[in-house]
Amino acid sequence: MTAAFVAGADVPLKRRLKRAERTRQFRALGLVLPLLVFLLFTFVVPLAGMIWKSVDDWEVPQVLPQTVAALEQWNGRGLPEEGAFAALAADIRTAREAGTLAIAAKRLNYVVNGYRTTLLSTARKLKDQPAPGTARETLIGLNPAWGERESWAAIRSASGPVTSYYLLAAVDLTRDADGAIAAAPADQAIYREVFARTFTIGFGVTALCLLLGFPVAYLLANLPTGRSNLLMIFVLLPFWTSLLVRTCAWIVILQSEGIVNGSLQWLGIIDEPLRLIYNRFGVYMAMTHVLLPFMILPLYSVMRSISPAYMRAAASLGAPPATAFLRIYLPQTIPGIGAGCLLVFILAIGYYITPALVGGAADQMISSFIAFYTTETVNWGLASALGAVLLLSTLVLAVVYGKLALGRQTTGGLKN
Amino acid sequence: MDGGMIATTEALVRFTGVQKTYDGEHLVVKSLDLDIRKGEFLTLLGPSGSGKTTTLMMLAGFEVPTHGDIFIGDRPIKNVPPHKRDIGMVFQNYALFPHLTIEENVAFPLTVRGVPKTQVKERVANALDMIKLGNLAGRRPGQLSGGQQQRVALARALVFNPALVLMDEPLGALDKRLREHMQLEIKRLHETMGLTVVYVTHDQGEALTMSDRIAVFNDGIVQQIDRPDALYERPVNSFVANFIGENNVLGGVVENIEQAWARVALDAGGTVMAQAVNVGGPGNRTSLSVRPERVAIETGDSGDAGLNRLPATLTDLIYLGDHTLAVLRSPANPEFMVKLPAGTYAGLAPGQDVYIAFRPEDCRALDPV
Repeated sequence: MTAAFVAGADVPLKRRLKRAERTRQFRALGLVLPLLVFLLFTFVVPLAGMIWKSVDDWEVPQVLPQTVAALEQWNGRGLPEEGAFAALAADIRTAREAGTLAIAAKRLNYVVNGYRTTLLSTARKLKDQPAPGTARETLIGLNPAWGERESWAAIRSASGPVTSYYLLAAVDLTRDADGAIAAAPADQAIYREVFARTFTIGFGVTALCLLLGFPVAYLLANLPTGRSNLLMIFVLLPFWTSLLVRTCAWIVILQSEGIVNGSLQWLGIIDEPLRLIYNRFGVYMAMTHVLLPFMILPLYSVMRSISPAYMRAAASLGAPPATAFLRIYLPQTIPGIGAGCLLVFILAIGYYITPALVGGAADQMISSFIAFYTTETVNWGLASALGAVLLLSTLVLAVVYGKLALGRQTTGGLKN
Repeated sequence: MDGGMIATTEALVRFTGVQKTYDGEHLVVKSLDLDIRKGEFLTLLGPSGSGKTTTLMMLAGFEVPTHGDIFIGDRPIKNVPPHKRDIGMVFQNYALFPHLTIEENVAFPLTVRGVPKTQVKERVANALDMIKLGNLAGRRPGQLSGGQQQRVALARALVFNPALVLMDEPLGALDKRLREHMQLEIKRLHETMGLTVVYVTHDQGEALTMSDRIAVFNDGIVQQIDRPDALYERPVNSFVANFIGENNVLGGVVENIEQAWARVALDAGGTVMAQAVNVGGPGNRTSLSVRPERVAIETGDSGDAGLNRLPATLTDLIYLGDHTLAVLRSPANPEFMVKLPAGTYAGLAPGQDVYIAFRPEDCRALDPV
């Protein structure tokens, strides 16, 4: 036996291996640490914040704390006890003085239309006349809405700390006064249609990009290097100009007095200018143009790695060109098709500027609603919920892609 | 050694006056007239750029001859697309379809021909048994070793019983041992299945081992086409003599020619009798070709007047196991090689002055290099 042939042979081999590996792992970690920290603060934290905002329900518990506490004993049938009325009256007085009542009014107004008026008018009147009878009589006397179960159910549903209200609203659902999930009223039920529109445009643009990009990528991958480099510059050219400039260029080209209509009219092909912009056609056109490189590049990189020997082999084995393409070439490009489609689709469903500039009112995608709620009405809850739904659908797609890609990994080892 | 055991004289493929150029300036194949006999193993041998691969690609249909035509049987195939030629092909890097299993790869030529499913299964199983890889049917090419992939490529090219099988340097990527093993396996398949094989290689050892006939290509022209032994023993020009096997070259001028024999005055002095194979009349330059194993080293004058004898100095003895290589410096050739059979170099030492001796029959007067 040569047991003592290495220094430190008394330490088990596995431990020594781990110790040796650890140094390397620390070094690797050190290299990626700056990026990890950066991502933590620019990506993970904001994302978590957004998702939290979509369920956070702080307004009512903060502004009407006594009412929320008093309503805990309410069975939800009939009107609550006198204590709840007294608590609400007290809360309203406190909130009015603190100037925070509008916050709760805004939140409750999402649940029941007109709640803001009810609450604010009650507050105004409550200050003027000190209560002679019970709080219940006083409040109902000031506003008959307080005699309705619905008004109290609204407070209870918004009494936090978290709510499903925004997320449900983002998919056109709501809770009725009993707390059961129900379809949202028709005038508020718009988001499913907007999501459907977003995905329709996303799929459409993806399909157009694939249709237009596949032959170009094929050409790029099979031309001699010199010429394919030149062509590649043309493909990449759009990246050198800003998105806004490109979109505006489409407006110049497609508008009623634009280049296309002008030429067609001058040639006498049409009498009236065609409506090419501020509608769905314009959105497809401009978005496909902007997103095309994202389809071509992954396709190109996959096609570049497919040896021409495969097509030759298929031909020599008796496959006509179409068969060889469908059975040999196309299946090998699937990783590229998958990556390209995923990339284009995910970018497309998040598009905001392009549809806003070249689309009509009926072509606005979900992002413009998110922007509307964050900048116009400052309804962070709903904006976040719409964002969360969008994120979720994107994640589902990524997972499906991952599963497909993993299923194909056994192919591996392209030898050429 | 007689290779042509199955080959008949009937031509299966015929190239007539085929030329090929890619750039319209240089002919890659200058003028090719070649018959490939049914059942033979024909190797196209030559350095890279000699036109051998281009010839194979024209036969497979991936390149179109610029001039001339190719016939399979009586049918001209210049305008027949590759998939209608019924030619099996094995590629340099196997070209197994990476997204298909071994079984699907081998079944491919049958399924594209619309062979019924039950038959496909049976024939694929037979083909995989033939290459002894039946147990790997469900794997993908990436999971196989180079040698296994090569055998699958073979099975795939043979499973549809093509009239002709083309192989484009199929063993180039394998290591030496595996290559030698595969050479024998391909040879065995050729013999048992009665295949007609056209094989491209730049490895002369491979060509000599496997072929019934070898066509030596250089500069777009077939220099010589013959059986391996004839090619080695009786090269018709200096290129073939130098390309195949070891060769000693002696430069000189023809003094006279009597029947099949030429007397050649060496540039370094002295005259040598040689077979007149490929020389002009007296006064023309020639290169003499002498194989290293056809030369003896004499320490004294043996007095045999029938031998050519040149003075030389032994510079090196390299022991190679089955033989010993002697390197000699002679005025006619500063690096003259002699292969001594094992055990015959006793008494020789570097620095020694000796004579190299060879018979006129073993010395061929060829075109000057």
